[in-house]
Amino acid sequence: MSLLEIRNLRVEFDTAKGPFRALDGVDYTVDAGEVLAIVGESGSGKSVAMLATMGLLPDTATITADKMDFEGIDLRTLSTKARRKVIGKDISMIFQEPIASLNPCFAVGFQLGETLKTHTGLRGRQVKDRVIELLTSVGIPDPEGRINAFPHQMSGGQCQRVMIAMAIACQPKLLIADEPTTALDVTIQKQILDLLVQLQQDSGMGLIMITHDMGVVAETADRVIVQYKGRKMEEADVLSLFESPQNPYTKALLSALPENATGDRLPTVSDFAEAGGF
Amino acid sequence: MSDDNILKVRDLYRTYDISGGMFRKGSTLTAVKGVSFDVKRGSTLAVVGESGCGKSTLARMLTMIDAQSSGSIEIDGLSMDIARTGISREMRQKVQIVFQNPYGSLNPRQKIGHVLEEPLLLNTDLPAAERRDLALQMLEKVGLQPEHYGRYPHMFSGGQRQRVAIARAIMLQPKLLVLDEPVSALDLSVQAQILNLLADLQDEMGLTYVFISHDMSVVRYLADKVMVMYFGEVVEYGTRDEVFDNPQHDYTKTLFAATPKADVESIRKRLAAKAA
Repeated sequence: MSLLEIRNLRVEFDTAKGPFRALDGVDYTVDAGEVLAIVGESGSGKSVAMLATMGLLPDTATITADKMDFEGIDLRTLSTKARRKVIGKDISMIFQEPIASLNPCFAVGFQLGETLKTHTGLRGRQVKDRVIELLTSVGIPDPEGRINAFPHQMSGGQCQRVMIAMAIACQPKLLIADEPTTALDVTIQKQILDLLVQLQQDSGMGLIMITHDMGVVAETADRVIVQYKGRKMEEADVLSLFESPQNPYTKALLSALPENATGDRLPTVSDFAEAGGF
Repeated sequence: MSDDNILKVRDLYRTYDISGGMFRKGSTLTAVKGVSFDVKRGSTLAVVGESGCGKSTLARMLTMIDAQSSGSIEIDGLSMDIARTGISREMRQKVQIVFQNPYGSLNPRQKIGHVLEEPLLLNTDLPAAERRDLALQMLEKVGLQPEHYGRYPHMFSGGQRQRVAIARAIMLQPKLLVLDEPVSALDLSVQAQILNLLADLQDEMGLTYVFISHDMSVVRYLADKVMVMYFGEVVEYGTRDEVFDNPQHDYTKTLFAATPKADVESIRKRLAAKAA
């Protein structure tokens, strides 16, 4: 049985101009221990899909799916209260802007502890010990001292490490990382990606990487889903995707990589859209 | 033209005073420590480094947003020392800048047409009708439509806004354009379009670029020369091929190692390592 299985997911938003379909019948499956990358440009619905899974979309969104199972639990019929038990514990998420995702008014140790108090039976001293253990595991130097640090006293990379620590605090079975390194420098990006992959391999959890960066896909993924305008363009394992992309849109994305440039000009997606027609 | 180097920078320093508090002494932070380089007319110099290495401070000094603490900047034969001489219209017309975030660098309440006309209004004596004509021509040049003239920034996508920001920067026909991470906030396919636009404009107008980036694959694609900065100092400076084929400094090597590799061979290697 797959860890997460979603069939025919549709998401529509009510807008002043009538319903807008952000996602049009896409399937997702993730197995335990697998790294799935969802790639696409902005507006492709890659984040919407995972927000829908987490139940984090606003009321204006209408979500329908033929199937939406996490470990056999049907997420569609789950009450808000029951969903809270799963979200943050068994499924957790990391967002793009680490500094914006943390509360600036509380020390990072306290914010980490909150997650633990909500989802585990740990109390008092145990919470503190576990927080230190978590900060150590994500590579924060001097974790005992950093417990009382506020987000503004840490760098972007360190804040993202804290977010990762928070996400893995309850040993989730599935971790969703939504553009976890887009706001970071390349050298820090490398460290964060290595950390995520290592944590994933150590714990055997499923990992979904949402990104628009083909380099990140190449460095982390086992399997890749390419999305464009709310539809799935291609799904393949990472090697065959880069070796022999089937869909014209995937080909366009890959050739827009500056390192693949052959002539003076970079081919753009619109060049391919005219020729390939997607 | 007799002199081939459009930009000459010698021994440039920038220090900031950090004010002390009740229990703390004030100190000085040196953001740029003695940087020297030349840029050839019509070429592209890429400045690479991590956040906090002083590359944006350098950009601020080149574009006269900030004065240097010491050292000299010469652009197209004109010496720039704004702390002493102030800024003249002539200096303004030599150099312009494009910022990273196209959402933050445009005034949300200003129509695109006025965004483009403003540099002319401030720095030239052209009549309104002529300014309008130039703005309309510029829209076309950067791949937008004349009907975009009366629209507001929120009606545009990120890529289109970056086109507007580029158009605004080249309205005064500058000699030198400083690009501070112009494509970092953009999607891959939009990034390609903007890079193509920049290449076209360089050919057409003979522009010289100082391109600030931390994305080595973009740098490799468009730079003629590469300068790597680390903690305010230049640790590596050379032609693109010299730097990419034979990096000397440890930090440059770290940068290359950190850049994600998207070729099939690297993926195969990674998967093999994982299976083992």
